[in-house]
Amino acid sequence: MAKEKRKTPKLDELEKGKWPSFVKEIKTAAEKNPMAEDLLGQLERSYEEKIGHWKHGGIVGVLGYGGGVIGRYSDLPEEFPNVSHFHTLRINHPAGWFYTSDVLRKLCDIWEKHGSGLTNMHGSTGDIIFLGTRTEELEPVFKELTDIGFDLGGSGSDVRTPSCCCGKARCEWACYDTMALTYFLTMHYQDELHRPAFPYKWKFKMAGCPNDCVASIARSDMSIIGTWRDEIQMDKEAVAEYAKSGLNIQRDVVGNCPAKCMDWDGKEIKIDNKACVKCMHCINTMPKALSPGKDRGACILIGSKAPIVEGALLSSVLIPFIKLEPPYTELIDLVDRIHEVWAENGKNRERVGEFIQRVGMGNFLEAIEVEPIPQMIAHPRENPYVFYEEYYEEDGEDSDGQEEEK
Amino acid sequence: MAEEKQKRVTDIGPPHYEKFLPPVIKENYGKWKYHEILKPGVMVHVSESGANLYTVRASSSRLLSIDKIRKYADLADKYCDGYLRFTSRNNVEFLLTDKSKIDPLIQDLQVLGHPVGGMGNSISNIVHTQGWVHCHSAATDASGIVKSVMDELIEYFTEMKLPSKIRIALACCLNMCGAVHCSDIAILGIHRRPPKVDKSRLKAMCEIPSVVASCPTAAIKPATYEGNPSVEVIEERCMFCANCYTVCPAMPLNDPLNDGVSIWVGGKVSNARSEPMFSKLAIPFIPNNPPRWPEVVGAVKNLVEVWAKNAKPYERMGEWINRIGWPRFFEMTGIPFQKEHIDDFKHAGLTFKRSVHLTY
Repeated sequence: MAKEKRKTPKLDELEKGKWPSFVKEIKTAAEKNPMAEDLLGQLERSYEEKIGHWKHGGIVGVLGYGGGVIGRYSDLPEEFPNVSHFHTLRINHPAGWFYTSDVLRKLCDIWEKHGSGLTNMHGSTGDIIFLGTRTEELEPVFKELTDIGFDLGGSGSDVRTPSCCCGKARCEWACYDTMALTYFLTMHYQDELHRPAFPYKWKFKMAGCPNDCVASIARSDMSIIGTWRDEIQMDKEAVAEYAKSGLNIQRDVVGNCPAKCMDWDGKEIKIDNKACVKCMHCINTMPKALSPGKDRGACILIGSKAPIVEGALLSSVLIPFIKLEPPYTELIDLVDRIHEVWAENGKNRERVGEFIQRVGMGNFLEAIEVEPIPQMIAHPRENPYVFYEEYYEEDGEDSDGQEEEK
Repeated sequence: MAEEKQKRVTDIGPPHYEKFLPPVIKENYGKWKYHEILKPGVMVHVSESGANLYTVRASSSRLLSIDKIRKYADLADKYCDGYLRFTSRNNVEFLLTDKSKIDPLIQDLQVLGHPVGGMGNSISNIVHTQGWVHCHSAATDASGIVKSVMDELIEYFTEMKLPSKIRIALACCLNMCGAVHCSDIAILGIHRRPPKVDKSRLKAMCEIPSVVASCPTAAIKPATYEGNPSVEVIEERCMFCANCYTVCPAMPLNDPLNDGVSIWVGGKVSNARSEPMFSKLAIPFIPNNPPRWPEVVGAVKNLVEVWAKNAKPYERMGEWINRIGWPRFFEMTGIPFQKEHIDDFKHAGLTFKRSVHLTY
């Protein structure tokens, strides 16, 4: 059986250097796994020809689900038969990406038996990615995953796997329990997650504070970002400690405050909390001395996305402040109203952000029954092209504005 | 078989995260008081209860073999009672309660080839997509560029000598699975040649109306090919987004002669100091040059180092550029300014300079 080792001079270059090498990972897997071996061969070919060799998707999946598996086929199946099918499974990760060694080993055992032995920890949406298997392996993998308590994540026009920062598990700045909400939303929307029924994808991302470690404001249809509405908590002794240890409080903390709501007299910091915009800079700089207030909750923003189709968008404010505690009724009611309006009126492949651009935020707010408030805008419109919806008529006018014939 | 069928369970969702939290986290959940970075890649969280949780953050290639994951598991057993996590930038974090185990763990991670770092004023791991490893629409590889850039910039990962944090991200086409559009430096694969219509297969593979409707610039119109319905591309209207290819495999854009990489700068997602910002175009095109993309590596390194030398403490790339202005950015980085830098898509006028606030 001793097969001559495939030559991969280009990829070998990427085994050198101090950063962890993905080529080493593929080679390690290739020692035992023919799929990984052919992946290496096909990738070397891509490096020679400067082009990918994967065919466009194709509909594959597990029974009863419309998402969670990305179909992938090689366009060089004769040369690399072991990657002729090379489908990806998205597996819904535990919130916050915490694991035990025990459960990681179980996942590895499943993938050793049924796939390429290669993974991504993790994919962009947050899922565990099992990279590459054959169609006939999908049901067996799924069965073994559910046996150890895992399920597939989202793909296509469905609720994508919600993800979050580590929140209260390991961060003093978490203004709400991001992991609890992520788990709740994931379970509440299981049907919508596994069975695509929307115009396009829908992403939830939960960030515990305005630092937004999960980039929710840039890449989720609903960005839920923790914040507070009372006063920044301050430990005056710790402030003095920072000053003593050489932190330039005037230049580095007060001088960088975007709201100009802080003063430093050489002894004490004074904060005009009414003017504070909750940017986090002072808290980031002096974590021992300052922390978010006690009246904590979240700001809900809507509509961010990458460029496809009509251009990239950042999320914008929908609900400036909401308390987020179980059973999350207010949030779920809001999401359901949005889903209903968007699912009913959105065009194919139209994210909710683009839908709002098309129909107008004012109309969207009316449809989802949310009052317009100034927190939603950077500034009022600059153009006078207002779509006023009603006008007065003189008594006796007909519909053309002409006087009716007597 | 029938028995097998009955046992099939669905819609169970992921396991509850509580199962995987170490006791120190369960006991101090929501009670953390502050944290402190002790040295590169190592931080401590201190609870109101007085408990300490030490985190050691190690680099990762994101594409991991099961052998490597098992090795992570072994390290977690050896040093932290089996508990570990991954970060939103694909690093791996070991969660310790015993301070004396930090250095031996770092040693073992070094030996395993996973340097520790990526905290504070550093470059963290590059968030990236699949590239030629697994994607049909990739205009470049992802892992290869990331590896090459990080090999060159590793000192900025393992040390904390930059003015602030810097976030680099890579997406191998405009679909941007990696949502790179708000990064300090974004490396973005781009196509530059309009789709080649596979006329003989299009009718069988695609719905003509959805192909036509997919184009944001109305560059695709219905046509007839040998009596069969097909489409035609008005090439001068194409801006290479590949939307048509997403809905129709018979419209491929991949092209070795014309595919490559563009570089974007100055985006951020954090609200700290300034509001979140999109990244803006710095370099319109660099050809693919595998296996190590030296031109891309050089361009990224130049951007990092010019910023690092000139930015004030805490200033992210975009904040620095906003202070000095774009003319000086181009001057200081030596990047030639050209026609492609000027927006000509929707609302382009909003990006023109509409004042005489200029430096001379």
